[in-house]
Amino acid sequence: MRFDLTVNGSKRTVDVDPDTPLLWALRDELNLTGTKFGCGIAACGSCTVYLDGEPTRSCQTMVEDVGEAKVTTIDALSGKPAEAVQAAWRELDVPQCGYCQSGQIMAAAALLNENAKPSDEDINDAMDGNVCRCVSYHRIRKAIHRAAELMEA
Amino acid sequence: MNFFVPQNVSKPSRRGFLIAAGGTTAGLMIGSNLSLGTAEAAKTAEGAFNPFVIIAPDSTVTVLSKHLDKGQGAATGLATLVAEELDASWDQMHVEFAPANAKLYNNLQWGPYQGTGGSSAIANSYTQYRSAGAAAKEMLVAAAAKAWGVPAGEIKVEMGKISHSSGKSGTFGEFAAAASAMPVPEKPALKSPDQFAYIGKSFPRLDVKGKTEGAPIFALDVKRENMLVATIARSPKFGGTVKSFDATEAKKVNGVVDVIQIPAGIAVVAKSTWPALKGREALTIEWDFSKAETRSSDQLFEEYRELAGKPGKVFRSTGDAEAALAKADKVVEGDFEFPFLAHAPMEPHDVVIEFDGKTADIWTGSQLQTVDQYVTSKTLGIELPNVNIHTVWAGGSFGRRAIYDSHIVGEAAQLAKAWGKKQPLKIVWSREDDIKGGYYRPMYVHRVKAGLDADGNVIAWHHRIVGQSILTGTPFEALLVKDGIDHSSVEGVTNIAYDIPNMHGELHTVKVGVPVLWWRAVGHTHTAFVVETMIDDLAKAAGKDPVEFRMGLLKKKPRHMGALKLAAEKAGWGSDAPEGRFRGVAVHESFSSYVAEIAEISTSEDGEYKVERVVCAVDCGVAVNPDNIAAQMEGGLGYGLGHAMRNEITLTDGEVDQANFDTYEPMRISDMPNVETYIVPSTEAPTGVGEPGTPPVAPAVSNAIFAATGTRWRRLPFTKNEGTGS
Repeated sequence: MRFDLTVNGSKRTVDVDPDTPLLWALRDELNLTGTKFGCGIAACGSCTVYLDGEPTRSCQTMVEDVGEAKVTTIDALSGKPAEAVQAAWRELDVPQCGYCQSGQIMAAAALLNENAKPSDEDINDAMDGNVCRCVSYHRIRKAIHRAAELMEA
Repeated sequence: MNFFVPQNVSKPSRRGFLIAAGGTTAGLMIGSNLSLGTAEAAKTAEGAFNPFVIIAPDSTVTVLSKHLDKGQGAATGLATLVAEELDASWDQMHVEFAPANAKLYNNLQWGPYQGTGGSSAIANSYTQYRSAGAAAKEMLVAAAAKAWGVPAGEIKVEMGKISHSSGKSGTFGEFAAAASAMPVPEKPALKSPDQFAYIGKSFPRLDVKGKTEGAPIFALDVKRENMLVATIARSPKFGGTVKSFDATEAKKVNGVVDVIQIPAGIAVVAKSTWPALKGREALTIEWDFSKAETRSSDQLFEEYRELAGKPGKVFRSTGDAEAALAKADKVVEGDFEFPFLAHAPMEPHDVVIEFDGKTADIWTGSQLQTVDQYVTSKTLGIELPNVNIHTVWAGGSFGRRAIYDSHIVGEAAQLAKAWGKKQPLKIVWSREDDIKGGYYRPMYVHRVKAGLDADGNVIAWHHRIVGQSILTGTPFEALLVKDGIDHSSVEGVTNIAYDIPNMHGELHTVKVGVPVLWWRAVGHTHTAFVVETMIDDLAKAAGKDPVEFRMGLLKKKPRHMGALKLAAEKAGWGSDAPEGRFRGVAVHESFSSYVAEIAEISTSEDGEYKVERVVCAVDCGVAVNPDNIAAQMEGGLGYGLGHAMRNEITLTDGEVDQANFDTYEPMRISDMPNVETYIVPSTEAPTGVGEPGTPPVAPAVSNAIFAATGTRWRRLPFTKNEGTGS
């Protein structure tokens, strides 16, 4: 079946079964490979994209349910919080293997968009669904605080 | 199982510094006889000397990393070593993975293989990569000297710029071509530590920018023209085989191209990933479990416990431990249990393979390239040099990608052979495939008795270990299994750091049909826990402070002592812990690096505990990149902590009970303590940091729990102990 999607500001059409997770439509059909597959059951956050700005697990979002929602992936992430997060991530050398980091960055930017000065508790609440098996959490926490500073500056 | 015998890896040929022939890709490649300035081309650089550095006309310095980078920072580390001796500027540095060639890219610590593991990347490459950089610099200087008509000794190289006091200056790129005509220095001079500009400083990782943009290419991201995607249904019990299968429903799934049987199981080949996963769900398979492992983990533990009561094969005997125990003033005993553990790297396994009948090309996060080549060549019936491994960034490993039988790549080769068409195939593993797929950290049971004399001196230690051998039956057996003792089962006990006059160790190696593998820090993951909690119990029995007690037993071990002192000082050991906080300590050497960790926990009235802070001190010799060392300590101890808190793989009638991150619940950010890492200054040769941060954390936390509650947790994960509500 053909589905018309709005991905990173462009109209894109994918021809897949309706139950295809958005994750695989993005990766296999649209070649947007920045969004990663980690668990397939919405338990790790590697596949995080935005639907109308809301962080969403693309592995558990069927293509037929996307409808008119605007899809944003790491490949086109922009805006002040996102840029601050990416800058802080580079400054503190957060990523190790990097595989989960697209999802981490999407989640962190969404947090800062809602809450410009998150506490450690706020960070735990917002980021607990994003697994990093290299356990870069210590730096993720520091980098979110640093990004908040960069946004203020 | 195939035994790996290195063969046909490459033939020696002349050393040389040859220049690329052609156009914009022309560049300087040290030691290669190639005509292309690309990493891809290096695969035919036979018998060359240090084919590690390419300098392009635009002055980009490409370092060929012989090691896989799966997050540990090896690629940046190797580039640092080259930049140091080349006096390059950091912004001209670039790194690519070297092609598979065991002759050129042998691991100098444990070759004849090309491979990454045992925290050896920087340790084995330290002089090799510095020499490669130094040789390139000498040749650039010689070329500039000739062009300018000045003595080479008057030329300076700084931050990627070649200059002379006359005012002449140039870039690396300008002289790369001319440098090729210069003789290769036999022994290029290396800097002394006081001249270091890079080593000991923390230059940013070269891969980080891309990793913040979703840019780096993992094997899952590799796309080839006309590529199909496959999943494989494997036996739910280890050692099971396919009796019969019905693919009718699977073939009805839109996008499924074919279903074929291969030795590994039933492969569903599809146009893309989702139909490959969905098609597999629709298979009906009858399995033959007649040769499968069908025991449950509870039953295995019962059998292990029974063996722990019987004499085993002696791996260490000093003095007379039994006699000393008999006359000890106090005896401390402990029974310890450790579960199977999955590595669960963030990126599930994936391999892309293209086979044209003569040559195979493989894209994967290859950690043992030479073994991957060997297994592929045997499976496909082609010569080993005709297997091209394109190593790509790997999404974690923790040991899981360094596989003695290369079964992941091997399955891909089986499928390529069965498929029989010149069509690229990508084999994708789901998270369930990974968690249920075996190659675990083995289960272990330890039984220990130790004795104190009336003055509180440890006079005896009797230690039995029961568990599977990781290495028996693998290509690494000859190297690491001696007289029936797998070193990886006893490391950390057989070489216990503490000065104990009567020491006796025995091992029972059991046969279980569950494939096992090294897991971040290997044997130290259980031995350090046992030794470091026993020592704490002995300190308590002797009425001594845990740090002072250790120091008393480490007088001949200055590097353990140095790490322990530094951690104790930084953690404020000796002063009261903050209100409601309790501390525990552990110190352990693994892979020749010495790590002390002090965990600070809080407890609540309902019996919950939280690890609030870990102070870590590490002595890993010369600290090449201190910030990366800190990152590896944070990650290594976090990885150990998460598993100690709640992870186990269990079997029921041979089937794995866990499936995904819902049942193998990973460490999350809310579990993460604050970590402070301190590095012991050292001029010793650098050693590894990928693994050594892991072993001390679980015993340090168990010791803190003991300090808080007086209850000793000896079973892993911690949820298995009394007082944890399980």
